[in-house]
Amino acid sequence: MSDDHVYMTLAEGHEDDTRWAYGTGFEDPLHGVDTTVPEGVDAGELADVCVALADDALVSAQRLAEWTTRAPELEEEVALANIGLDLLGQARLLYSRAGQVDGTGRGEDAYAYFRDADDFRNVRLAELPNGDFAFSTVRLLVLSSWRLAQFAHLVAHPDPVLSAIAAKGVKELTYHRQYAAEWVVRLGDGTAESHRRTRKALEQVAAYFGELFTAYDVRDEVAAVLCQVTGAAGLPMPVYRPLPGAGRAGDHTEHLAPLLAELQSVARAHPEATW
Amino acid sequence: MVTTALDTRRARHIAEQVPDPELPMLTLADLGVLRDVVLTEDGTVVASLTPTYSGCPAMAEMRADVAARLRDAGYTRVEIRTVLHPPWTSDWITPAGRRKLAEHGIAPPGPAPRGGPVPLVLSPTRHAVTCPRCGSPDTEETSRFAATSCKSLWRCRTCREPFEYVKEI
Repeated sequence: MSDDHVYMTLAEGHEDDTRWAYGTGFEDPLHGVDTTVPEGVDAGELADVCVALADDALVSAQRLAEWTTRAPELEEEVALANIGLDLLGQARLLYSRAGQVDGTGRGEDAYAYFRDADDFRNVRLAELPNGDFAFSTVRLLVLSSWRLAQFAHLVAHPDPVLSAIAAKGVKELTYHRQYAAEWVVRLGDGTAESHRRTRKALEQVAAYFGELFTAYDVRDEVAAVLCQVTGAAGLPMPVYRPLPGAGRAGDHTEHLAPLLAELQSVARAHPEATW
Repeated sequence: MVTTALDTRRARHIAEQVPDPELPMLTLADLGVLRDVVLTEDGTVVASLTPTYSGCPAMAEMRADVAARLRDAGYTRVEIRTVLHPPWTSDWITPAGRRKLAEHGIAPPGPAPRGGPVPLVLSPTRHAVTCPRCGSPDTEETSRFAATSCKSLWRCRTCREPFEYVKEI
């Protein structure tokens, strides 16, 4: 490989076409994994679970990436981007698994780039705009605690691929939750202004709790974590309210379509592109 | 084609020497991501890799590097498998890998937590990380996340130098 000129190095042909993060021919992240669906597992249900969890992760990753160049400090920008990268990795594995089992044979790009907002199954909390840093960290605390609790249960799932993805994700989500919890305590227990903003963020996030606790029985686990964090932060425990509609059924706020338009723009402008 | 234990050892040795794309002082064997190398009856080398983190962007590069090295060494049939279970843990970084990290100013990880999900702890935890430059135990974390998913940022209160620390996971 010549490194005389950066462009030449980048443009150099790559045998397996695996170098770039976007483009057809990108290697399946489940490459070489045994893809058999075990007996007794409903392939359709398994695909639905994978797509819902992947959509939560992809949409969250996109929101977290929006903090790049805008976070209060470089360290926070790096942290939020890293958390987004972990979630993007989880989304890729889950989309790939869904494509293997739903009978379509679709690759991860088909799910991420070529579905419209109505087809997405993420919870609405994930798609809300970032707001201020308090809103983003409170939301991250809720979503990471919720996802961690779900993944901890999914480790026992009879599908070995979903079980392995969950086992890996548990380790990553533990770091995400820790990061968010420390910030919520710091902000809630900080200045009068940071306390006011964090309290408001908690109320805004709580309005979207309604759809989090329908699948898997994780409500008590998440409530215990929120109780622990709000207690340390001097914040009131948010009130649970029911919420009409469900992101899991394709009901979304007006914020999802613009998010997807940006996320999908390059892939849709050049659908067969390879580079 | 008859494969011998010697052929398998040679293939394994070649795969083991491939450097990590993001921590090039370590080989994939040092990092513990190369899980297995076998030579099948028909002469195919099957190398199994596991990702450090789900979103590790170096994974595709690692697969391509291992396949290319093996092909350069004359193995025409190479198959790379991804192993997701059991998930990678920083405990798999070898003693040689830990020594090389420290030599390059990166503090190696402590023992990873075991036995399922780690409960949330909000009280400040005193984490003993030794400065890889001066050996002082008087260090502090500046950021839980760093340039790659697997590291955090620290600074030494004695020699005042910043350094990276491979997180236990």
